[in-house]
Amino acid sequence: MSTPFILIPGRTSKQGCGISEGKYGDNYQQEINTLQVAAADMQRLGLESGDRVRLTSEHGQAEASVAAAKKDELPEGVLFIAYGDVSSRLMGADTHGSGMPTSKGLDVEIEKLPANTN
Amino acid sequence: MASATTPPETGELKIVKDATCTFCGCVCDDIDLSVQDNQIVKAQRACVLGKAWFLNHDIEDRPSCLIEGQPATLEEGYDRAAQILTGGRYPIIYGLSDSPCEAQRVAVGIADWIDGTIDTTTSVCHGPSGMAVQGVGEVTCTLGEVMNRGDLIMFWGSNPAESHPRHFTRYSLMPKGMFTPNGRKDRTCVIVDVRKTKSAKAADHFIQIKPRRDFEALWTLRALVNGVELEADEVGRQTGVELAVWQDLAERMKSCRFGVVFFGMGLTMTRGKHCNTEALLALTRDLNAHTRFVAKPNRGHGNVTGADNVVAWRTGYSFGVNHARGYPRFNPGEYTTSDVLARGEADSAMMIACDPMANFSEPARAHLRKIPYVALDAKETPTTRSAAVAFTVATYGINTGGTVYRLDDVPIPLRPAFPSPHPSDQEVLTQIERRVRAIKGIRGQ
Ligand code: SF4
Repeated sequence: MSTPFILIPGRTSKQGCGISEGKYGDNYQQEINTLQVAAADMQRLGLESGDRVRLTSEHGQAEASVAAAKKDELPEGVLFIAYGDVSSRLMGADTHGSGMPTSKGLDVEIEKLPANTN
Repeated sequence: MASATTPPETGELKIVKDATCTFCGCVCDDIDLSVQDNQIVKAQRACVLGKAWFLNHDIEDRPSCLIEGQPATLEEGYDRAAQILTGGRYPIIYGLSDSPCEAQRVAVGIADWIDGTIDTTTSVCHGPSGMAVQGVGEVTCTLGEVMNRGDLIMFWGSNPAESHPRHFTRYSLMPKGMFTPNGRKDRTCVIVDVRKTKSAKAADHFIQIKPRRDFEALWTLRALVNGVELEADEVGRQTGVELAVWQDLAERMKSCRFGVVFFGMGLTMTRGKHCNTEALLALTRDLNAHTRFVAKPNRGHGNVTGADNVVAWRTGYSFGVNHARGYPRFNPGEYTTSDVLARGEADSAMMIACDPMANFSEPARAHLRKIPYVALDAKETPTTRSAAVAFTVATYGINTGGTVYRLDDVPIPLRPAFPSPHPSDQEVLTQIERRVRAIKGIRGQ
């Protein structure tokens, strides 16, 4: 079953360092493929750090690993991921005449994937 | 363009004083670099992002030019790039925010010669803020003024602790200034965000609003600053924050001596975009009836501010500029790269120090994959991998000199640390421009 959330992609210092180290390096790849979830949401969805989930927006789908967000960094119902390929797959192309696609505050659904699904 | 300094003897340690970090818009120009064997081994005073920037940019062991993924000479690359840019009906040049102004200037010239579109990463960063500035104007100042005068420091939709780590310590919160002799003690810090980010720890007051309600929150403040009565339940429902909190903030904003609100992509990338920023800039304007208040975008890339300046002084507009009619036209949504690619309009492109293959929407990326394009980057990226012609360029600020603009529009010189065998982006662009002009039969200066 999938559950609705609001996804906020953004910068992190790990992602920033990863850009300088190289985008094909482990640090960058790990950071942009890790979805942060509020602890209460993790519990509600029966998720543990490292579980794989599928994210679906109006515009696309992507998979990511889950990590618990630090303390109260995220309110319930809000997800965070570092900018990168996963977040780009979920955003639409329409910029509403601004040049900027809506890249934060995306409506997404998440669904836990069975172990060993890549 | 000035090339890098003479390489020291093997093993010799060279110190470069007051080098400039170009990783983020803070453009800190007080970094002392220790350089040994063409590698930076220490970057004193740099933050975690600055250290990663300086310590990971050694000489890339890759060919300076690849054509269709195969090593080629630079001459072959320049020829092919010029053919690509002159062979299409809708060429677009994009990126530029990690190049010095001297290279940006050449890129705008090429766009003009080929009747092409030129756009910078501003369009997917603070482009909406640029639109808002055109709509309502901008009350602004330099970071020096913030340091010397700012007693109310706000951040809205911006997380400098992770994106601009020295912002607090070097410019906005901690430094002691002429009218803030006690530094942090003389300032109040308010942070508004939907997430309790790492920056929130630095705030005296953190206000957590509902996601996608920046516009409502900003208009609540505008109403309060202008003495309009609001219905408490409605404000709470719309913003996720009690009216009393907004009333307190509005009073603080009106009664400070010198207020500044730094804003980030929490405003420009979220639904509402330029309307969000417009609300903030209008609020800032309103506040100047009561006190001195300014608003400043926290710009991301090292020279994205320079890109705005250079494109503006060469074309009259700061991003999203089309030359198809022989004169510059500006229209975000029409001439901005994400749109031009997603609509399948561009048939050739040049991507300079940017990575649309990682950052753009899937329709835009799918179209870019189909058309021939030239890419310039110091590192290998998804964009360089799919390019018809990919140039590995020297890293600006580490291998090459030039000028960049700090996020407050102050130009800062670069002090390179060691030379690179790869050409600078200015050299590559100048060679391409020469060939473009020859193909187009353009003579003279
Ligand atoms: S704050 Fe920005 S410019 Fe300053 S050292 Fe850190 S990354 Fe470099």
